[in-house]
Amino acid sequence: MITITNNPIIDNVIIAVIALIGAPIIGGLLFGIDRRITARLQNRFGPPILQPFYDFFKLLGKEDIAVNQTQKVYVLAHLFFAMAALVMLALKQDLLMLIFLLAFSAVALVMGAMSVRSPYSKIGAQREIMCMLAYEPVLILMVFGIYKVTGSFMVDGVLNHPTPLLYTLPLIFFALLYVLTIKLRKSPFDFSTSHHGHQELIKGMTTEFSGSQLALIELTHWYDLMILLGIIALFFAQPLWVGILIALGAYVLEMIIDNICARVTWPWMIKATWLIGVGASLVNIIWLYVRA
Amino acid sequence: MGLINTSRTKSPWIIHVNCTACNGCDIEVVAALTPMFDVERFGILNVGNPKHADVMVVTGSVNMKTAKVLKNIYDQMPEPKLVLAVGACAGTGGIFAECYNVLGGPDKVIPVDAWVPGCPPRPEAIIDGAVAALGLFEAKAKAMKEKAAGKAAEPAKV
Repeated sequence: MITITNNPIIDNVIIAVIALIGAPIIGGLLFGIDRRITARLQNRFGPPILQPFYDFFKLLGKEDIAVNQTQKVYVLAHLFFAMAALVMLALKQDLLMLIFLLAFSAVALVMGAMSVRSPYSKIGAQREIMCMLAYEPVLILMVFGIYKVTGSFMVDGVLNHPTPLLYTLPLIFFALLYVLTIKLRKSPFDFSTSHHGHQELIKGMTTEFSGSQLALIELTHWYDLMILLGIIALFFAQPLWVGILIALGAYVLEMIIDNICARVTWPWMIKATWLIGVGASLVNIIWLYVRA
Repeated sequence: MGLINTSRTKSPWIIHVNCTACNGCDIEVVAALTPMFDVERFGILNVGNPKHADVMVVTGSVNMKTAKVLKNIYDQMPEPKLVLAVGACAGTGGIFAECYNVLGGPDKVIPVDAWVPGCPPRPEAIIDGAVAALGLFEAKAKAMKEKAAGKAAEPAKV
């Protein structure tokens, strides 16, 4: 436990605030580096690394056009659930609850996209539901595998475990890397909301969000990235800096996959994720039982 | 406001509207978006969605059918927004100006902020026009603020 003051509650509040402010800054920078590297891979010069922040502040300054009254509530729920999940991670709380909060966050965005009348938005939301159908079982199995190894659902238990999880959960780690692509909505699974315009769905789920609402969705995306990289870092928590390097390496791998893949269809994604992701996770868990 | 105003000029997302163009200007606009010219250096993205866009790039003259469509797309863009008219037709109607169904340039329907002449203009000229138009964002944002405060209903004079 990190102690800053003598009062543990104040300590927790300070850690939570640092996480809530620091995570989007690092997340935004990572996305800026992502755009830069993508540009270099496409033989372009690319935008400045601070570009995501320019986009964010520009969107904040735009006129607010809400399509209906409830839309903004869903966007705020999307943001707050992600923030809550990040705080849980920073305070070393329950991993299972964290995964549920992330799911709530994703559901809130789907509801927001469903609440408008644009068919592009609706199809995007349907596809996002398919994505959730694909990745949620893998995340739940991951938490279960961590519980099997450490005997606790708490992040604290992972950090106090004597050996890195990667040694006992290699296949689950692989499944998590696979799922990371879906969760970050990167190619080949970028069909619910594309980062590049001019595709069959315009901007998918985010089509009807504009101005500050879009800015908040972008902010949530940064939080999501940091939570997922944090979970990846947990797989090598002794010492944690190796885990952080592994997480950054995983993100670089994501960028390369994003650039070399064409998008697939959602039936293909569900088949592949359930076969490879769920399959690999189950094999890993069965191995844990057999070994014991 | 300084941070937001700086961000506006560094992150203009465009939507490209073809209003009865002969496709010559459109090819040049798309050429400007290719890796060769790489407008993402300036933060310019082609979003293809009026609700996300800041700058509307219009090519071609406006006729009676496309006038409604153009106005509709323009109205969906949140303020502050810019309109860049690309090509001779988008300036005056070009060689189609005398046609029975042609109204003229997009300025007959929506307020245009900058014109890029040429038939078709070169991609460099289009990028130049877009970057020059970005200087108008500040005045636009001010007008938007005043409009919101109910002081003036006049659009920005630029």
